[in-house]
Amino acid sequence: MARITMREAISNALWEEMERDERVFIQGEEVGVWGGTYAVTKGFYDHFGEKRVRDTPIAETAIVGSAIGAAMTGMRPVAELMTINFAFVAMDHIVNEAAKLRYMFGGQFTLPLVIRAVSGGGRQLAATHSQTPDAIFAHFPGLVVVSPGTPADAKGLLKSAIRSDDPVLFIENATLYQTRGEVPDDPEHLEPLGKSKVQREGDDVTIVAYSKMVQSALKAADMLSEDGIEAEVVDLRSLRPLDMDPVIESFKRTNRAVIAEEGWRSYGVGSEVSSRIYELAFDYVDAPVKRVAQAEVPLPYNSELEQLALPKTEDIYRAAKEVLYG
Amino acid sequence: MAELITMPKLGFDMAEGTLVRWVKVVGDEVNKGDVIAEIETDKATVEVESSVSGVMVKLVVDEGTTLPVNAPIAVVAQKGEEPSEEELKALVGEEGGEKSKKKAKKEEKPAKKGQESKKEEEPEAKEEEADITPAGGVRSSPLARRMAEDHDIPLQKIDGSGPRGRIVKKDIEEFLEKGPEPEVSKSERQVSLPAFAMGEIPEDQVVEMSRLRQAIGRRMQDSNQNFPHFYITRAFKTGALLKLRKELNELLPEEDKLSVNDFIIKAVALALRQYPNLNAVIEDEKHIRRFGHVNIGVAVAVEGGLLTIVSKDADQKPLRLIAREIREMAGRARDGKVKNEDIEGSTFSISNLGMFGVDNFAAIINPPEAGILAVSTAQDVPMVVNGEVVVGSQMKATLSADHRVTDGAEAAEFMRVLADYLEEPKRLLL
Amino acid sequence: MEKKDALTLFQQMVIIRLLEESAAELYQQGKIGGFLHLYIGQEAVCTGIGSVRQPQDRIITSYRDHGWAISAGLDPKVVMAELLGKVDGCSKGKGGSMHMADVDKNFWGGHAIVGAHLPLASGLALGDVYQGNDDAITICMFGEGATNIGFFHEALNISKVWNLPVLWVCENNKYGMGTVVERASAVSEIRQKAEGYGIANERIEGMDVVDVREHVSRILEKIRKNGGPYLLEIMTYRYRGHSMGDPERYRDKEEVKKWEEQDPIGKFRNYILEQEIATEEELKEKEKEAEKIIKEAVEFAESSPNPAQETLFEDIYVEDFPVEYRGYTLEHESEER
Repeated sequence: MARITMREAISNALWEEMERDERVFIQGEEVGVWGGTYAVTKGFYDHFGEKRVRDTPIAETAIVGSAIGAAMTGMRPVAELMTINFAFVAMDHIVNEAAKLRYMFGGQFTLPLVIRAVSGGGRQLAATHSQTPDAIFAHFPGLVVVSPGTPADAKGLLKSAIRSDDPVLFIENATLYQTRGEVPDDPEHLEPLGKSKVQREGDDVTIVAYSKMVQSALKAADMLSEDGIEAEVVDLRSLRPLDMDPVIESFKRTNRAVIAEEGWRSYGVGSEVSSRIYELAFDYVDAPVKRVAQAEVPLPYNSELEQLALPKTEDIYRAAKEVLYG
Repeated sequence: MAELITMPKLGFDMAEGTLVRWVKVVGDEVNKGDVIAEIETDKATVEVESSVSGVMVKLVVDEGTTLPVNAPIAVVAQKGEEPSEEELKALVGEEGGEKSKKKAKKEEKPAKKGQESKKEEEPEAKEEEADITPAGGVRSSPLARRMAEDHDIPLQKIDGSGPRGRIVKKDIEEFLEKGPEPEVSKSERQVSLPAFAMGEIPEDQVVEMSRLRQAIGRRMQDSNQNFPHFYITRAFKTGALLKLRKELNELLPEEDKLSVNDFIIKAVALALRQYPNLNAVIEDEKHIRRFGHVNIGVAVAVEGGLLTIVSKDADQKPLRLIAREIREMAGRARDGKVKNEDIEGSTFSISNLGMFGVDNFAAIINPPEAGILAVSTAQDVPMVVNGEVVVGSQMKATLSADHRVTDGAEAAEFMRVLADYLEEPKRLLL
Repeated sequence: MEKKDALTLFQQMVIIRLLEESAAELYQQGKIGGFLHLYIGQEAVCTGIGSVRQPQDRIITSYRDHGWAISAGLDPKVVMAELLGKVDGCSKGKGGSMHMADVDKNFWGGHAIVGAHLPLASGLALGDVYQGNDDAITICMFGEGATNIGFFHEALNISKVWNLPVLWVCENNKYGMGTVVERASAVSEIRQKAEGYGIANERIEGMDVVDVREHVSRILEKIRKNGGPYLLEIMTYRYRGHSMGDPERYRDKEEVKKWEEQDPIGKFRNYILEQEIATEEELKEKEKEAEKIIKEAVEFAESSPNPAQETLFEDIYVEDFPVEYRGYTLEHESEER
């Protein structure tokens, strides 16, 4: 066990998987010589060389498209999108090609590729560099979409994603890179794709979250605990496939839920999770499910305004109190 | 072999096309690939080529005709071949023909159940934005509802602490903590048990049906199977009626005392005057006979079956006369001394099971009448007045009507008019 | 040219022609749905290139792919079955006309989004370079219309930057759907665009299969020796519309007729006869065989069954994830728990 940052956890996972399998290679903007704009691939270029750590032009369709093509030949590329905001340039290749080629050709090949992308706002990068459009990608069958909320999950999920024969969109969060957590040293420690996880147990209210909002939810749970309320925090980890079992199991005990996401509320992750709660556990509902999300605005540059728009720990705390009628 | 040319599918969402111009006509030589016609789709005008060579022998449709994809448009025969008219017809007829769009015949049956409030006392529904009181008048979370059901607690007994009075889990929990569950009141009805003796089990018994029973059986079977019955139920507030009856009976001698059924007979007769289709009979395939008289038949139980005694011109007679006559005829019927004129001439019937505690039932029409009203017990029930739940007297009646002479709307209106008479019974005295 | 090879090439082009005509009829009968893009008139290109590529060379093309499927070595039966959406189709009925493929024959489809397969082609070549398959060339076909979309730019650029062995083949049939190339492209000589990326390029005529073979062989050898991408613009023409239902208002009949005089099959037939490589009878026999092959392909396709309902959920993921079925999972029915 080691207490390391999420950045280190992701970096370690990449390094170990590249050592383990020659077919794994990285490509993206500034991943090589620069060492990655978030320093995730620092040191990789010197160690693995330019064949396996490939700097690309600023050309997202080429980055993602050629990764898909290489995957078709049996390689296991990890393509990096500097931020998920640039994914829209390569939208066709993510949702039309990566998600569908295997199906359309009757399963003649697999696409064992990973697309890593950084999501989220809060760093005054203004509207087009601060989005959390994760739910959009989770809409498409054929894609696997995961987003870890803890360093241990980041390492375990990224390893699973690289070893998976399915195309995985691995969504990281820039403000989470600094978060520290206990991470197993074992290079064979994997976390399963498509499975949620209870990060904190409690019987009074269920808080469902993923990525950065897991950390916010845990802090909110501490605040609630001071009020004598024990919250259960369920970390989705995977947006597609979506694992509702731990959520429902928790909800049956608590009868009330808050869903927290950094993206916008409309058509977001909370819409899907709350819908499923009503479908699967209607008789256990004691209060309407509350969704904590970003204000429905493009994120502004000014830091106060930006913080006002983003969902916070206090929002989760208050929403939990509301569903408890307290 | 003559070949059939059909309307081609020229686009992935094309369903039909219009043949705008014939390029080849009957007698023309056709080579494979020659343009034979121009077709207009909703996207463009396209040329249709022949897939065979030969001679054009039949143009199936005229220019300007719109056809669905795959419908036949022409026949090309081999050179020298001369198919007969029958062969051509067969070729065209077998493999296509326009698919006729059958429009579903909609029968207009807007069953207007008596929801209209025409009474001054009926409350106006107050509708605030998103504050419509849910069914039953109680707001509760699904969980609370389930808990209440599990513990047999009527939700009305619980105060909801949630928004807008919503009953939530903790309200149920608090209620349960407070005290023991209330005892369920025992039924007041004395049930007398029949004599019981364990002993010999008797043999099956074959009993001959009375001729009356047999006749009733035949008629009811005929009616139920052959005439298109439909049914409309309405609940009548009987508070005023019972009160008036009580008052009037204090003034009347024994032989004229009024029963609830007498009021009903009069009310039905008056209502039938306004809806003569229900007081009618089928004359032939195209005609009904609306009777001039309104003679109300009343079913009376006698030994071996039922008899229908008839209150003639019930719309004209005062209540006391109706009551007296019914009393006398019923007496004769039970004694087996019924006269012919007692049981003849009914134009509409009533069957009343009110003395048996029946909630509601539907009767089979006495042929050849057009309708029958089945009257059930007047009971005290909870009802909503001015938004409050109160106890009131209510009686349900179901009209069975023959759909050949009337329809739902008319029958429902008849019931409404009947309600006017029964719920404001003073009208029956005028 | 050897008689055997000539007859094989000739028959292949006839097979493709008959397959396309057959497909057109089936489409008009409503048996093929969706879009159908016919290759009629362009046969010399796919047959020419298909016959000179090596087994390790990868073929990837756009949605006008039936000819490429045949020249890559797919049986007309599985092509026809795929057109009819049957389970015996090369893509199990899940892809249709625009998504034929057979990766065992190094034929990577069949792609519907204009130009989107070009970055994939760069990726195929990248995969070969990465694995050290020094001999392999990715041959990527696209129409002149696709050279105006962003994918073209990114794919060509990266192929040059990374020195990827891709033969970029532009099948210039003059019309991007209904828009003539002069109205859509800044330069009408597509090969000029390669100059912008420093990619070697040339333009050839594509109605003569002998010419196509000669030029493409030469170019493939060059790439194998020197590496790097190359752009080959081949002038060709489609005799039918962009797809079924195209009213072809954008060109006049005379132009089509003129190009039909250059029918590649007719051209090659004359060549064979003039060069006395084979006789009229031998050619006729090959034609008859081709008719039989297509007839059998149609019969095969029509009698092949529809895919079973369960296949709707197959091949979405390799891993055994629960698959959503109209809002309910197949594994746990959406009963309330």
